[in-house]
Formats: sequence, C-alpha cells, structure tokens
Amino acid sequence: MIEASDVSVSIGAKPILHGVDFEARPGEVTAIVGPNGSGKTTFLKALSGDIRAGGTIRMNGRDLVGMKPWQAAAMRAVLPQSTTLSFPFTVREIVRLGLMNGRSGALAGESERLPERALARVDLEGFAGRFYQELSGGEQQRVQLARVLCQVWAPVLDGAPRYLFLDEPVSSLDIKHQLIIMKIAGDFAARGGGVIAILHDLNLTAMFADKVTVMNGGRVAATGTPADVLTDEMIHRVFDCRLRVGVLPKGDVPFVLPQSVSL
Amino acid sequence: MLQRVLDGAALTRQGDIEGDRSARAKATIVALVVALFLVALFSLASGASDASAWDVLTGWTAAPEAGDAALTARDRVIVYDIRLPRVVLGMLIGAALAVSGAVMQGLFRNPLADPGLVGISAGASLGAISMIVLGSTVLAPVMATLGIYALPLAAFSTALATTMLLYRVATRRGQTSIATMLLAGIALAAMASAFSGVLVYLADDRQLRDLTFWGLGSLAGATWTKILAAGPIIALALVAAPFLARGLNGLALGEAAAHHLGIPVQRFKNVAIVTVAAATGASVAVSGGIGFVGIVVPHLLRLLIGPDHRYLLPASALLGAALLLLADAVSRTIVAPAELPIGIVTAAVGAPFFLWILLRRRGVLDL
Repeated sequence: MIEASDVSVSIGAKPILHGVDFEARPGEVTAIVGPNGSGKTTFLKALSGDIRAGGTIRMNGRDLVGMKPWQAAAMRAVLPQSTTLSFPFTVREIVRLGLMNGRSGALAGESERLPERALARVDLEGFAGRFYQELSGGEQQRVQLARVLCQVWAPVLDGAPRYLFLDEPVSSLDIKHQLIIMKIAGDFAARGGGVIAILHDLNLTAMFADKVTVMNGGRVAATGTPADVLTDEMIHRVFDCRLRVGVLPKGDVPFVLPQSVSL
Repeated sequence: MLQRVLDGAALTRQGDIEGDRSARAKATIVALVVALFLVALFSLASGASDASAWDVLTGWTAAPEAGDAALTARDRVIVYDIRLPRVVLGMLIGAALAVSGAVMQGLFRNPLADPGLVGISAGASLGAISMIVLGSTVLAPVMATLGIYALPLAAFSTALATTMLLYRVATRRGQTSIATMLLAGIALAAMASAFSGVLVYLADDRQLRDLTFWGLGSLAGATWTKILAAGPIIALALVAAPFLARGLNGLALGEAAAHHLGIPVQRFKNVAIVTVAAATGASVAVSGGIGFVGIVVPHLLRLLIGPDHRYLLPASALLGAALLLLADAVSRTIVAPAELPIGIVTAAVGAPFFLWILLRRRGVLDL
C-alpha cells in the first residue's frame, strides 16, 4: 500500500501542495484527476521521491525518506509524460534500460526476451530495431511504457506488491491504444500490483479506475469510487464547468464513449 | 583506419536480436584493440630517424641477448627512450581525451559537449600555467611537496573547478540547454585565458619558452617522467569510466528517469565530473591543448555501435588512443625532420568535422 499523509510541497516560495492525504492499495487502479495546475504531477513527483515534500509517504509500510534509489526502483516504476533523447538509441535499447536495476521479477525463461515481450504488450511488435527519435509522440510514449513494464514485470515480488506510477499515460494516444494501455494498467492491478495514474479523461477514469482522488488548488477535493466522486456537483466545483453526469447528447449529435468497446 | 574498423564490423555477423547492437559493439571493440596494436607498432617503427622498431622486435623474439646486441646504442635510445614513451603517452592521452568527451556528452545529455569546447581545457591550462610560472616563487612549497605531480594535480584542480562551475551555470532542474552550455563555456574559457594571460605577462624568458611549446599541444618531449606524473591520474579516470556506463545510460532518459531506475543521481554526477576533470586536467598538463578528439571519437562510434555507454566508453578509449597516435605520426613526419605540434593536426581534422556535425544537426538543435 502507498500511504501519504499531510504532504506539502513548495517550489521556491510558492506553495504547490497543502496537506495532501492519499492512499493507493495494491490490486486497484487509483486515478488522480483535476484541472491543470491542481498539483497532480507535483504530487506524483513527491511520491516518486523526485522532490522533497513535507509530511510522510510510505511505500509498503516503509518511509520514502531514507529509502535508497535502487530500493525504491525495485518497488515502483514511473512513466513520465514525455521523454526526449539526445542520442540515437534503438527502441530495444531504450526498453532494455528498464532491466537496469536487475529486479524485473521475470521468470528465468522469459527474462532474455523481456524487451520484445514488453513491446508486444504495448502493441509495438516489430519496432525493436527502429530508432526512438524517428517515432511519433504516441509511439514514443508506448516505448517508455514498455521500459517501465520491464522494470516491474512481476506485479508482486518476494510477496510484496509493486506499483506503476503513470503520468498521463494516454494523453498522446489514439482511442485504440488508450484502451490497450488502460487494460495493461487494469491487468497489472488484477495480478496484485498497484497503479496510480494521472488522467484527464473522466470517461476512461470511470471505466478503469477503482478509486479516484480529485485534486484542486493543491488539495484533495474528493476521494472515493468513481460512482461516489464523479458527480455533477463535484465537476462544477472543481472543473468550473456545468456538466451533468450520464446525460446523452440531443438528437443527431454523435458521441463515442470508450465504454462501448468490444475487444 | 576507420574504414578498416567499419569493414571489420560488417564482416562479423550482426546479432540475431533486432535492435540489439551489442554483438556489433563487441566486434568493434575487438577490431579496435587490433587496430590500436598495429598503429602502436607503426608508431614505434617510424620517425625522423631510420631506427627501426622491427629490429628491436625481431631481436626480442629471435634471441633476446643477441638481438639486443645487434642494435646500435643510438637505436636503442631512440626506440626505448624517445619513441616508446611517446607512444605510451599518446595512447594514454588519446584515451583520456576521448573518454572525457564521451562522459561529458552523456552527463550533459548533449553530443556537442567537449572539454575543449566548453572551457574545461582552458581551466586546466590555467592551473598548469600557474604551476609553470609561479612554481619557483609563490607556489614553490606546492612544487616541493608534490614534485612531478604538481603540474597534473594543479591542472586537475582548476579543471574540476571549471567543470563544476559550468555544470552549475548550464544545468537547471536536470536539463542542460545547449546554448547556455556553449555560451557559459565561452565565458569560462575567456576568464581562464584572462588569468592565464596575466601569468604569461609575468613570466620570464625561460618560462615563456616552456609555455609556448607546452601550449601548442604536443607529444614531443614525452619522457618516462611525464608518464609517471600524469599516467596514474589518467589511469584512475580510465578505470573509473566503465563504472559510469550504467548511470550515463540512465541519464540519457533525463535525471528524473535515471533516479526512477534506481541510480543515485547526485552522487553519480559528482563522480562523473571528477572523472572528466581528472582525465582532462592530467592530459592538458603534459601535452597542452589537443582539441576535438573528445568530440570526433564518440560521435563516430555512436554512428557505428550506438550510444550504449557500456560499449561506447571502452571503444572511445581505444579509438581515441589509435587516432591520437596516427595524428602524432602525421605531425612527426609531414614536415620531417622538424615536427608540427599535434594540436594543429587534430584541429585541422577535427574542426571541419565539428562543423559537419553542426550542419547535420542544425534542424534538430534547440539553440
């Protein structure tokens, strides 16, 4: 379990997070939603140990402060919003970097071709020999996800759950790959790991998240199951939009929801 | 020689795994070891004098005592005390320059970072010049304590200070702007040159002569003493470099991602900076400014075997050593019996190459 209590972050003199309480359980996808600038990414950085935060953050009961980088890396992997490279790495070379910590947890037989397996998972089979810099933004994002999956290939290692931290994992993807990536997250949770994902799409959140934490102005505005949290009142209060949940558009306006998928 | 390397890589079958260049990289490293050995032999055998290293070698292999006796005393001096130290020093310095270039580029996530271009060599020069000019007066106690190590250690200290300053100025939140880095490098080099200029102004005639020869960048005057002075520092840096490979690979994804992969980023960067300063400082101390090796060698190798530092660093050391020996052979023979400072040869080849990289990347660079 990941537990954060009273987490505060200031960048320079500017306070970004004020006393955030949060938890994410193994076996669940926990979505973090909220308007731009609400502190979602900053909070994920605090959970990843990238920035110093007030309050306490515990991963599987251990305090993040005093955890060595390689110990944290064995417990969680982090997908950034985007990654640019200055050197001409091939896709396989990038994915392989996920194995650097040596704690993928893959079985002896599958560890050799793990980069290929991870690429197949994110629907990039046959991309191993391409140059990363030649790929589209969405393809690059999936290569990075394959790398992150290699790092924590087994959702449970030595009896302890592991975690995926995903910062807007579907923001640059087409609808098919949005669904594939969210299914990978759901599958990781179903096999005993935990997932924390920053999402902007409230429909995908409703469809895939087990728990939702809504952030606004550096604070937690609401937390609970999607059905509890995604209400007319909350959307108005937090996103400043008068929207209504579960209302179909009028007449001939087409609409497509991810929930209508048949895979 | 490069063509020979390329051919060697093409001859060996590429690994079966798509996108995995490690088999090619390993074959390249083997080819480079062979190439370096051949270049070193060639360097030993050639020069202004007609003393032939072949005589020395065949003497060794046939009958050691008889062979040695067959050589004239003059030839022995030329091969053992003039050419051999020069070849050893050339290899050490070529390897040091290429590796410090590769480490800098990985550290700054920037293929244009090079100790010569961003002021670190100028910083190292300041330390060396201080020692040459003030070694008999103000810095006499230091000179007395450190002996032959005074010059390389002084160059190392000022190189380290320059590298740390540059990193502070050019890097913000783990991102290095190419423009800021190059401009900061120009400013730091100018500052170092200004201080150096004051020292040169203070220097007497004998010191001025020393400074001029040293500053042109040359392997001439290589002695076993010089190797003893700079060798240990360079060797330490070369031994440390392979341990940086994993961290540099992680850093290619950015500092945050490297941290997420389990690398202690801050400690790693400190070690990398000290390594660069040691390799650059010690080389500058004994051979003056030899430019462009640090940028040309890693760039060529990235084209050939990719940027994986586990292979790039050893391959850079080997190719750097081989290319510097070749450049030295050119500098010794092109105007024989006089010789051209090697810095002029590497600049004549390296500067156009650098412009070519700039042209190729002009569209991609975010200046």
